[in-house]
Amino acid sequence: MLRIPCPHCGTRDEVEFHYGGDASVRRPAADADTAAYAAYVYERTNPRGWHLEWWFHAAGCRQWLEVRRHTVSHAIDTVNGKP
Amino acid sequence: MTEKTAQDVTPSAAPAFKSTGRYSALRLLREALSGHRNWTRAWRKAEPRSEYEVVIIGGGGHGLATAYYLANHFGITNVAVIEKGPIGLGNVGRNTTIIRSTYYTPENIRFYDFSLKLWEGLEQELNFNAMVSQRGCVYTYHTDGQRDAMTCRANDMRLVGADCVELDRAALKSLIPAIALDNGRFPIMGAFMQPRGGTVRHDAVAWGYARGASEAGVDIIEHCEVTGVRQQGGRVTGVETTRGFIGAGTVCLAVAGHSSHVAAMAGIRLPIESHALQAFVSEAIKPFLDVVLMFGAGHYYVSQSDKGGMVFGGNIDRHNTYAQRGTQWVAQEVAAEGVALLPALANLRILRQWGGVMDMTMDGSPIISRLPVDGLVMNGGWCYGGFRAIPAGGYTTAHLIAHGESHPLTTHMDLARFAEGRTVDEPGTGPFPWAH
Repeated sequence: MLRIPCPHCGTRDEVEFHYGGDASVRRPAADADTAAYAAYVYERTNPRGWHLEWWFHAAGCRQWLEVRRHTVSHAIDTVNGKP
Repeated sequence: MTEKTAQDVTPSAAPAFKSTGRYSALRLLREALSGHRNWTRAWRKAEPRSEYEVVIIGGGGHGLATAYYLANHFGITNVAVIEKGPIGLGNVGRNTTIIRSTYYTPENIRFYDFSLKLWEGLEQELNFNAMVSQRGCVYTYHTDGQRDAMTCRANDMRLVGADCVELDRAALKSLIPAIALDNGRFPIMGAFMQPRGGTVRHDAVAWGYARGASEAGVDIIEHCEVTGVRQQGGRVTGVETTRGFIGAGTVCLAVAGHSSHVAAMAGIRLPIESHALQAFVSEAIKPFLDVVLMFGAGHYYVSQSDKGGMVFGGNIDRHNTYAQRGTQWVAQEVAAEGVALLPALANLRILRQWGGVMDMTMDGSPIISRLPVDGLVMNGGWCYGGFRAIPAGGYTTAHLIAHGESHPLTTHMDLARFAEGRTVDEPGTGPFPWAH
């Protein structure tokens, strides 16, 4: 079970949040080719290690948080870039 | 006297290995007469040689099955299976052992039904008791819309030759007396059943394929972790491992759960996220449920093992992870679904729980494909369906390695489908693997 330190509400249980996936993907420029868009939509680094990811605090402040979490230890390092 | 080359003096696997011989009732009797002291090991533990025609990374169900079919059906015996730990302790030993071909897309129904056909003949093929039990898979529906969707799926299955029948409430109650048809929140309107579905003794699948592959000359190398994929001029030449470099003409990834990690060693990014899927076993009880039962109002599946424990599972944990653990709230969700379906389960204690790491693909369908490096192929992206796909996955991956092109049943599983806009969206939820 994760305990996510929300900068607005304090540390809360994982059940209050919804997962939103990899936060490191960036939408390509509007004139980028289809290969760049395919990579954006489908390809993921999926690291065995530190992972930047979106969590939505659905049962709290209803803000999207950018959480850096380790995918093996589940340790949370930073939220919105701050420790 | 001619000088020996390095190849000639490469030591073969330590002591001479005796064939296991065929297993039979007569053999059992004969071995019993000598106090069961003369059984030989089921498969040979090999030391890595410097080079192979094919190196398969991953000694799980798919890796061992691929090696088995390569050696026994496609005539390629110069094969090594390398595994970072002992074989069969990844997902093939961590699942709920269900086999079925109840899928939505015709491509996937055809593939999984081919797998079911291979399961049906597996024990004769391998001369190994895998305890294939076609006890039937029953899945409930709770709304009119769900009945229509399941009717559509049942018709699609029958059109490609798979079996599926509808059960009304009375038939369902007589088949499963413990089921709660009117549980208040999600009353059950009826069910569909695939009579050929069922369960298999999962560990025996790994052992049976390992034995068959080893007998045909495949080297199974344990405690040998891949640390790099060596390439030259856009072509794979072998793998770096914790036990040195092993050359290979073809390298096959069969490391579902960790496909992204190993593919990254070859500079490839995959349309996959790794997620944990939990499974549970209760304390053993007397015979209670003789089919596989699936809950249509959520995501829950349960069967009773031959030891008597209730074996069940549900959804993935819904965040990226490589940890073989599992989160508490998903365990509670799974237990609640079980009790809604079979209220008597509330009296049971959970004996064991474990988590397996799933390759969740962006469209929910697997990947058996050549990769953008020549000589590199993969078998992975199995989402929830890896165990039941083992025979067909192994066979069709062996076909891809031997012939250089996809087996007709797996042409839709190629990696290029994502970039070319022809994904096979099995769950119908789009590229959000945690929602599959």
